Amino acid sequence: MANIKLTIDNKVVEVPQGTTILKAARQMGIEIPTLCNFELEGLALKNHPGGCRVCMVEVAGRRNLAPACVTECMPDMVVKTNSLRAINARRTVLELMLSDHPNDCLQCAKSGKCELQTLAARMGIREIPYKGEQSSYKIQVSPSIVRDMSKCIMCRRCESVCYEYQSVGAIGAVDRGFPAVVSTAFDRNLLDTSCVFCGQCVAVCPVGALTENDHTGRLIKDLNNPDKVTVVQVAPAVRVALGEEFGMEPGSIVTGKLAAALKALGFDYVFDTDWGADATIMEEGHELLDRLTKYLAGDKNVKIPLMTSCCPAWVNFYEKHYPHLSGYPSSAKSPQQMFGALAKTYFADKINTKREDMICVSVMPCIAKKYEVERDEFKTNGNPDVDYSISTRELARLIKLCNIDFDALEPVDFDSPLGESTGAAVIFGATGGVMEAAVRTAYAVLTDGKLPKIDFQEIRGLEGIREATVHVKDGLDLRLAIVYGLANARKMLEMIDKGECPYHAIEVMACPGGCIDGAGQPYHHGDASIVRARWEATYKADRDMPIRMSHENPSIQTTYKEFLGAPLSEKAHHLLHTHYFDKKTKIESVK
Amino acid sequence: MCGNKIKLKEADYNKIKEICEKFGNNPGELINVLHQTQGHFGYLPIEVQEAVAANLGIPVNRVYGVVSFYSFFTMKPKGKYAISLCLGTACYVKGAEKILDALKNELKIEVGEVTADGKFSIDVLRCVGACGLAPVMTIGDKTYGHMTPEKVKQVLAEY
Repeated sequence: MANIKLTIDNKVVEVPQGTTILKAARQMGIEIPTLCNFELEGLALKNHPGGCRVCMVEVAGRRNLAPACVTECMPDMVVKTNSLRAINARRTVLELMLSDHPNDCLQCAKSGKCELQTLAARMGIREIPYKGEQSSYKIQVSPSIVRDMSKCIMCRRCESVCYEYQSVGAIGAVDRGFPAVVSTAFDRNLLDTSCVFCGQCVAVCPVGALTENDHTGRLIKDLNNPDKVTVVQVAPAVRVALGEEFGMEPGSIVTGKLAAALKALGFDYVFDTDWGADATIMEEGHELLDRLTKYLAGDKNVKIPLMTSCCPAWVNFYEKHYPHLSGYPSSAKSPQQMFGALAKTYFADKINTKREDMICVSVMPCIAKKYEVERDEFKTNGNPDVDYSISTRELARLIKLCNIDFDALEPVDFDSPLGESTGAAVIFGATGGVMEAAVRTAYAVLTDGKLPKIDFQEIRGLEGIREATVHVKDGLDLRLAIVYGLANARKMLEMIDKGECPYHAIEVMACPGGCIDGAGQPYHHGDASIVRARWEATYKADRDMPIRMSHENPSIQTTYKEFLGAPLSEKAHHLLHTHYFDKKTKIESVK
Repeated sequence: MCGNKIKLKEADYNKIKEICEKFGNNPGELINVLHQTQGHFGYLPIEVQEAVAANLGIPVNRVYGVVSFYSFFTMKPKGKYAISLCLGTACYVKGAEKILDALKNELKIEVGEVTADGKFSIDVLRCVGACGLAPVMTIGDKTYGHMTPEKVKQVLAEY
């Protein structure tokens, strides 16, 4: 495409035709402020409504100001991003926004991470000259997400994510004029809508209108209760992101410091969800082998492709949107729930503790996990396998609250035995990781242990839909698909529904790039390089592990020997597998 | 918004299905579908919106977004004979407010309400494009011009 030249703030720049003024300026190091505009480049998340009018710039010869985010550069255009007129317009827009904002920054969950607050500081706002009506909405709480629409600035990033990226459509603009607000249909609680609790609306919200349901207060109480045995598990993607909260470079791997911080917080047992991930591969991998063997033998009733079931937002998606296809996902529980089920049985027995006296907490890159722990099927006599889940961000807040100098912590190992894991488990945090982990084990079994390789590069990548063929042996090529984003997952389900799906197995994760950009991770504010750094760190962490296949995890082998028997045994089924529900009719109340 | 809980009958579902099919179940025809659906039911309760969403294969949030955006659409039932009184500039200066008082007095209901027998409801709107006939009111498809408080009783008696 042809390049064009234009002038921005007295400097000439050359950009490809079709580039917006915003992007051209950014290329020159001129950061025009934005609020509604959002793009996680190359990772499918975007919102360009040109609605907030914060990015107004002056274009010579043009009567009115131009929104930089949606105005394309033209040859010989002369743009001023910092003229008095542009600055005044920007300031007025911001002041009007603030005139209908609670401005309770000191008590706001988003304080310090809020883009509106940052912009007000950058623009030097010292008073709000407009006094007018204030929007007031009741705060709505669901297991994962807290909605406080009084703080909403109508950027509609959440709506774009919910409708386009996830194809869920639970929240969108309703009403008109001043009362217009992003809401659910009929102002229902998210629980009663098509919402799958992926939380990506929270991840992209520039202000405190959408936040996670915070459990740090509850956790401090439990940690200070001498009658409780506290057990914590940490998901793989947390270790490649937590460092960002303490000023470290994105992609820093902080596994050892993380374990040390959890011990400093006072947990009795600091374990690893990676151990649960290895258990997941034992069950899910064998389920894949089982289904595949039957399928290849001509069994028409077996469900192929097998779809992964680790991602709780994805589970919610097929329960709420495609319940008639819920026979395809693996019945294996997620690593979080496998860990919880074994912590409160196998491990509780080992330390002679009743499940009621044990508090099992998970640290997750995800906020759909908060919903998952509350599922009734994951409780025994009302006592949940995992009591509650906190996000990476909540853990960072807790570490700061407890005066722990994260940077200065000496790295330590996770405790034994539920803290031992493999490289296969680490990569669960990235798109393609669950598939690769499963293929490593399946491959080893199918080739009788004579595995020629561990790294399956063909499965890796950051595209939203990927295909791979893994040659196992003569006559057996595994046809695989890996997708992230539920709109992409929907395409897979539609294919299955039409009987046109060519794959043996499909991995689905709801978030961009997988759990590494889960909704509980440190906010990236649209900087895709942060997500890429976490992705690279994930595979580095895998390479650094001495054992890289789940079935070779000695602690897992012992658990099967001492407690579970074999994969897919009756006991394993009882503790490590689940079943799915038709939640579509419940939310739609349409026959 | 209105929390009216109603139970749709088989025939109601079929009617919604028929309307949606008439527009090829095309989500782009949502406004036309809602227009005809409201024409049939008189209003658009939650259950009807859900059925429309299911037929068109779109989130009910989208349907509600449109229903709540356009003032023409209503989630509250109207009377069998829906009275709309114009309070636009021309009608207003010609004494529309007195007509409104007379209507309220006669029917013993407020704007937006329905009479106990479900026969009449009163709504106000801004200009029906017949300023020459001010003050104007409509009942269903019928227009009544040059209204006076005295004529109100007479017009209502027609129904």
